[in-house]
Amino acid sequence: MPFRKPGNVGAFALIGAIVVLLVGAFGWAAGWIGPRRISGGDVTRALEYNGGGKKPGYRRAHAKGLCFTGSFTANGAGSALSSASLLQPGRYPVIGRFSMAGGNPLASDGRNVFHSMALVLKSPDGQEWRLAMDHTPFFPVADIASFIALQRASKPDPATGKPDSAVMKPFLAAHPEVKAFQDYMAKAVLPGSFATATYYSINAFRFTDGNDVTRFVRWQFEPEASGSGLDKKHLEQLPRDYLFSEMIARTAKGPSRWHLKLVVAKPADVTDKATIAWAGPHRTIDAGTLAIDAVQSEESGACRDVNFDPTILPPGIALSDDPLLAARSKAYSSSFTRRALEGPHPSAVGQDLAKERAR
Amino acid sequence: MSRPSPDFHPALRAIHWLMAAAVLAMLFIGVGMVSTTGSAYVSLLALHRPLGIAILLLVLVRLPLRIMTGAPALPDDLPLLQKRAALASHILLYLAMAGMPLIGWAMLSAGGYPVLLTKGIVLPAILPRDLALYATLRAAHTAAALLFFALILAHLSAALMHGLIRRDGVLRSMTVGHRRAHVAPDQHLADD
Ligand code: HEM
Ligand code: HEM
Repeated sequence: MPFRKPGNVGAFALIGAIVVLLVGAFGWAAGWIGPRRISGGDVTRALEYNGGGKKPGYRRAHAKGLCFTGSFTANGAGSALSSASLLQPGRYPVIGRFSMAGGNPLASDGRNVFHSMALVLKSPDGQEWRLAMDHTPFFPVADIASFIALQRASKPDPATGKPDSAVMKPFLAAHPEVKAFQDYMAKAVLPGSFATATYYSINAFRFTDGNDVTRFVRWQFEPEASGSGLDKKHLEQLPRDYLFSEMIARTAKGPSRWHLKLVVAKPADVTDKATIAWAGPHRTIDAGTLAIDAVQSEESGACRDVNFDPTILPPGIALSDDPLLAARSKAYSSSFTRRALEGPHPSAVGQDLAKERAR
Repeated sequence: MSRPSPDFHPALRAIHWLMAAAVLAMLFIGVGMVSTTGSAYVSLLALHRPLGIAILLLVLVRLPLRIMTGAPALPDDLPLLQKRAALASHILLYLAMAGMPLIGWAMLSAGGYPVLLTKGIVLPAILPRDLALYATLRAAHTAAALLFFALILAHLSAALMHGLIRRDGVLRSMTVGHRRAHVAPDQHLADD
């Protein structure tokens, strides 16, 4: 056998070196060695930390929610901005989810946090558009590192229910954009119903029309219903599921509607920072009407097992250069995979709905 | 399955190296993309899906070609155990090449995701939406990928042992081929 010839030592060393090199490159690609990256797991961990521990089976953010179904009727005006078939005249089925920010699925609705709406729109030709929106026109942070830092700094002290000011003060000093957001939230109307809130895309997207002209767009769903906001001084007096119960009762009487307003960026508008709202008048197109005519518990509805990943877009709509979009996509994926592995758990609103139906 | 030529069919050799590059790229893209919340996540995933499906299509061409054209016989002096290990590892490699993209496609189907390849091309779901099934397949995709990488390293090491240490023409049968077009398979091939 030529196997044990002394000249083979070099060959063995070469083969070993190739294998070690490949394993090393693989480890580097995977981020096991080399500079530290922010992974999806880092985000879910920060959210779990902020919520005082993991809530297995639930979304790591917006854990408390209610499913709904309805339709989106496009009037065709949106095709001036995008060739997406969902903006061509027509009526498209919608499934979605109302939620409130935070990782606690049993938290009270009496909190000055995001009220949110997530949607999946589907066209007959197989196009799909997923949207996850909040009731504020801008976001507290512009990048994922700041998001994680915010989750860590703003963890409520179990004793006071408020963040530790020794941590929060220096954080706010380093993050004036978070301070600006807090000041806005302190003054802004906190919607008194899911049906009376405007829901914003916050992040900008690229819309490309049939002539291949691309524009930056942010959108918002503006409600037809109006009503007063919640009394922010007495939030703690609200029943735990006040907003969700209100939406269930309201929908039993009839559908709620919103108009999809597409807001076109002006040349000076910032498109890569979710912390900056677009000020002043903008070219705005009313692209159609969303009607929500039925709500379901997460147990019986179709929304629980959906990842409302805002980067799932139809042709004619694409990501902007806002870094939050990719970060959201990975974070939502990590949250989705974790809760899928843990298995679904009962929802607060599902219990209410069951009681409602039993009555 | 044996083939009169000492070399694999030229088309099979071409597909082998094309797929070797594609599969290695997919493994690196896969672990790279899931490691980051940066913009690379979205752009690498957009590449990962169509490249993965391209690998599935290539294996659909490759496997029949391999069965039709056969493989050159392994050297007579190779121990039976090594011959068996070679055969088993090749079967596993084919399973992985077909299995990885199928798991990827199936897990996105079970997770309720659109399986988007490029602008406007969306594959149909091959499984009903089922969160528990998604969880299982998502974990299987990671486990199978790591085993696949280990298998490729073993395959590569074995190929290099044949080429650099045994010098028995086995490596050459998948690379440049033997100079003389038709050498009887039993002839000793010391010219590697
Ligand atoms: C760095 C920024 C952000 C991070 C890390 C983040 C993280 C998350 C996570 C982990 C989930 C749970 C996903 C799931 O398990 O399915 C979630 C849900 C959600 N997020 Fe975000 N988010 C961010 C920014 C935003 C922004 C800017 C908006 C609004 C425009 C938003 C709106 C929503 C909504 C509406 C949901 C609930 C979707 C549903 O009902 O399933 N998020 N977020
Ligand atoms: C030869 C084929 C393939 C290889 C070698 C491969 C490899 C990988 C690897 C190594 C990962 C990272 C796993 C982890 O560390 O958790 C991954 C993740 C993933 N792959 Fe594949 N893959 C293949 C085909 C596909 C196909 C065809 C699809 C879909 C059509 C797909 C979709 C995905 C998705 C969605 C993820 C995870 C993204 C996330 O969880 O955020 N893969 N793949």
